[in-house]
Amino acid sequence: MISDIHQRSGYLFIGVLLAHVLLISAQVNTKSGVPALESVTFGIFSEVQRALSGGVSGIRGVWGGYVGLRHAKTENEELKRQLAAMQIALQEQRALADRTRGLEKLLEMREQLPLKTTAADIIGAAATPDFRTVTIDKGSNQGLQTDMAVVAPAGVVGRVVVPSARSAKVQLLVDRNAAAGALIERSRAQGVVVGSGDERLQMDYVSEVSDVVAGDVVVTSGIDGIYPKGFVIGRVESVEKSGTAYRRITIKPAVDFRSIEEVLVVLTPPPASDAGQGSSE
Amino acid sequence: MKAAGILVAVAVALALQTTLSRVAIRSTVAVDLVLVVVVYVALTSGPATGLLTGTFAGLVQDALSSPVIGIGGLAKTIVGFLAGIIGSQFIVAQPLPRFVVFFGATVLHAIVFMGLYVLLGLRHFGTPYAAVAGQAAANAVIGVVAFQLVELLPGAVERRKAQRGRLRR
Repeated sequence: MISDIHQRSGYLFIGVLLAHVLLISAQVNTKSGVPALESVTFGIFSEVQRALSGGVSGIRGVWGGYVGLRHAKTENEELKRQLAAMQIALQEQRALADRTRGLEKLLEMREQLPLKTTAADIIGAAATPDFRTVTIDKGSNQGLQTDMAVVAPAGVVGRVVVPSARSAKVQLLVDRNAAAGALIERSRAQGVVVGSGDERLQMDYVSEVSDVVAGDVVVTSGIDGIYPKGFVIGRVESVEKSGTAYRRITIKPAVDFRSIEEVLVVLTPPPASDAGQGSSE
Repeated sequence: MKAAGILVAVAVALALQTTLSRVAIRSTVAVDLVLVVVVYVALTSGPATGLLTGTFAGLVQDALSSPVIGIGGLAKTIVGFLAGIIGSQFIVAQPLPRFVVFFGATVLHAIVFMGLYVLLGLRHFGTPYAAVAGQAAANAVIGVVAFQLVELLPGAVERRKAQRGRLRR
């Protein structure tokens, strides 16, 4: 009971005090001339407004940061995906550019050649290392036949050995069973270039008295009825005496068979006259 | 009835204050009879009555003399409430405790009253320690005397009546 009375007295005391404060504030001006009640009221409410504004700004900032962070994360992942796609596209474009450059060379060569040719892509290699062959994406449907010459901008590649409808097997010149009539471009010395199974060619049947030195360019002679005359086979790497009537000549092929991708297939067989001329030369 | 008595007491105190302050007291020792009434009512009636009495008396006093209404009322409200608390929590029946309560109440009143004026920049009081101490002592003496008079007066009157009756017989 007594505590209840004291509690009521406390409330009454506080209420009366506040009333006095308001009463005094209503009469007293601050230094700026504004009534203290107005100044205090404004000050209190401005602080409330400031607190509310700060709270709202804080919440808005936190929320904005959270949303922005989520957005940034999503955007980051999207950008990573785009970057990966762009890198892949760049590689594709680079590959396409390389392929285009190769095709341009082929096209230049094709335009310069008086022969009818068709371009083909290499789509496969030999199944066993004992055979140096490749598979191209053109076949009998495109007019390919056995023993048609296959060339590249750098030089002779090989010949068609097994044409199918839509593809063909090409025996590379470096294969052990491959051969082509050839001559030394500078001295016109003739011989036969054969494959050795590795990355080098051998030129046989070159007379011991022929003028052949390292560095000479070896081209097709056209006498074999397969390869048109004048195509570069390679360059003489070494010339040795073999103890017989012929020299032992090693040739470095002009074509890099490990990196070749596009080729031209010569559809027109070399004319017999060329062969005759080639052999005569 | 009680409220009416309080109102009369405040009115009398105000009347005496406004007259005696011109005639009898000219020194720094200026008693505050209204404050004495407030403390007396608070000690005898409790904090609620004390603070209401302080509020009423202070506001009236402010209205009569102060440029700002409310400062005296606030000071007397605080004093009345605290004096009422003390009166209800402690036994304040002897002259010395009463003297201490009146003295302390006056000091507290001066602190609040002058402090608010100084705080609001409305008035300067210099160094009022001596004046406040003198007023507190005077208020305390008047308060203690008032208590004694009020407590002793009814009994004395009764004794006087009884004595007169014995003499007539």
